[in-house]
Amino acid sequence: MSTAQLPAEPRTQTDKSSISWRRILWITAIVLTVIFSLAPILWQVLTSFKTNADIEAVPTVYLPTRFTLQHYIEIFARRPFANYMFNSGFVAVTSTLLCLLLGTPAAYALARLRLPGERIILAIVLVVTLFPYILLFLGLLEIVRATGLANNYLALIIPYTAMNIPLTILVMRSFFQQLPRDLEDSAKVDGYSTWKMLLHILLPMTIPALVTTGILTFIASWNEFLFALTFITRESMKTIPVAVAQLSGTTVFEIPYGAQAAATVVGTLPLVVLVLLFQRRIVQGLTSGAVKG
Amino acid sequence: MTTTIRERERRTGWMLIIPAMLVLAFVYAYPIARSFWLSLFTENLGTQLQPVFSGLNNYGRMIQDGRFWQTIANTMVFTISTLVLELILGMGIALVLNQAFKGRGAVRTIAIIPWALPTALIATTWAWIFNDQFGVVNDILLRLGIIDTGINWLGNPAPAMLSVIIADVWKTTSFVAILLLAGLQSISNDLYEAHSIDGASPWQSFRQITLPLLMPQILIASLFRFAQAFGIFDLIQVMTGGGPGGATETVSIYIYATVMRYLDFGYGAALVVVTFVLLVAVVALAAFFLSKLRTATTGDA
Repeated sequence: MSTAQLPAEPRTQTDKSSISWRRILWITAIVLTVIFSLAPILWQVLTSFKTNADIEAVPTVYLPTRFTLQHYIEIFARRPFANYMFNSGFVAVTSTLLCLLLGTPAAYALARLRLPGERIILAIVLVVTLFPYILLFLGLLEIVRATGLANNYLALIIPYTAMNIPLTILVMRSFFQQLPRDLEDSAKVDGYSTWKMLLHILLPMTIPALVTTGILTFIASWNEFLFALTFITRESMKTIPVAVAQLSGTTVFEIPYGAQAAATVVGTLPLVVLVLLFQRRIVQGLTSGAVKG
Repeated sequence: MTTTIRERERRTGWMLIIPAMLVLAFVYAYPIARSFWLSLFTENLGTQLQPVFSGLNNYGRMIQDGRFWQTIANTMVFTISTLVLELILGMGIALVLNQAFKGRGAVRTIAIIPWALPTALIATTWAWIFNDQFGVVNDILLRLGIIDTGINWLGNPAPAMLSVIIADVWKTTSFVAILLLAGLQSISNDLYEAHSIDGASPWQSFRQITLPLLMPQILIASLFRFAQAFGIFDLIQVMTGGGPGGATETVSIYIYATVMRYLDFGYGAALVVVTFVLLVAVVALAAFFLSKLRTATTGDA
């Protein structure tokens, strides 16, 4: 943008004042962006450390003088939140690994090997990313019932793997397309078979892209709600989103606002850490998955 | 000789692709195909959960089903309002994130946090913010003197819809902003400089350069957001459960209730089919415009 570079060259008096006005506007916009993005979460963080009396005070207490850890103690000591975290982590990591294992070779084939019908496959993959899970839920429910997979991690791992395969294919394919072809050609000249070449030469170079994709699939799996709600009913096997959502429903007369806030903070923490560490990769992966595909 | 190499390459290609396609077929194609089949049967408590062929009865019932039309209307209101708000806000945030300023990396990081968080947890957060007794929204409005008594946000039809729309806009605007930002970064600065030398105001530059060049990204973001908002489930299920009195019940919530609460599998399947067909129609339309736009832009270059 023309306003992208803040002034470096000398300007006339009137110009200067208009620039500083513009500058104030931009700074306001930046501050508003930060407030918009953080305020609801920070409010939940604050709530999680408030005493019950302060939580239910009218008018609202914005600057509490007392802080407590009782809500965190409650979710870990009186409720099995460590368990829920493990369930979410296990399901998300397993399906991420499976998804990379299945999706990466397919992405490579679609990027490099000329196959008949690859445009159709790509179109299907693109359209599938747009399907909401409710379209799958009835058919999957029947399968889960017929195979007795209810309350089994597989009932989540299989759909999570599948729902992330399209994104994996799109992101990894755009990565492979950017790799110089000479590398593979010279490997073939050196007598490597396609398989050997994939394993020994391509795979090591692919690790950064795999990390990017893996982060996206991990986030999507950790956050999934509908299948987790439907296929897992045993308390000890629930994942974080369902466990937190049902915290509000368990006691009809007294909603545990504090515990809910603490649980939300705990359940979002791994994702916030991921974003803080991998912001660039996430942005890169999302844009190459959605735009270039 | 060359054909055998080609053939071998093809065979390897299929071996690499087929496992992924099988999983997609199992989790996507089969359930949807199965819903088409099951929608021709009545399978509910009335038939003791046994499928009884009933032709297009389920679809006939749908036409008469006021609740179904209400959910379609709710879904459209939700989808269109969130889409419009997210595009406007997302564009604003993308423009901010595209500026050169100290700490831009940090602000970008902060701006994508909402996108990464679990919707179900965000739903409880916003339900707490909109809480009728202790919610911070009511407190702020009371302090500002805008209202005299607290509003029961999630307990009244219009405020409940407004609440879920605001929560969804907060959650997904960052996704739109990320996509638009990628588009903004690909627009050359020279264009703007030449334009401003010609005496164009920033607003004119925005309308005459930014918007047209950003059209592909705007369309793609709209397409993704349309599909996701149209199938919205977790946010509304947790915040209002579709209530009060069905005021926020979207198609997904209705399908879920039909299957899980009323155990009406045949009718649920028919609802899935109609949702699927509507979605595919819109996607096809959008894809058509997108390809037209793409050929138009590449044709120019």
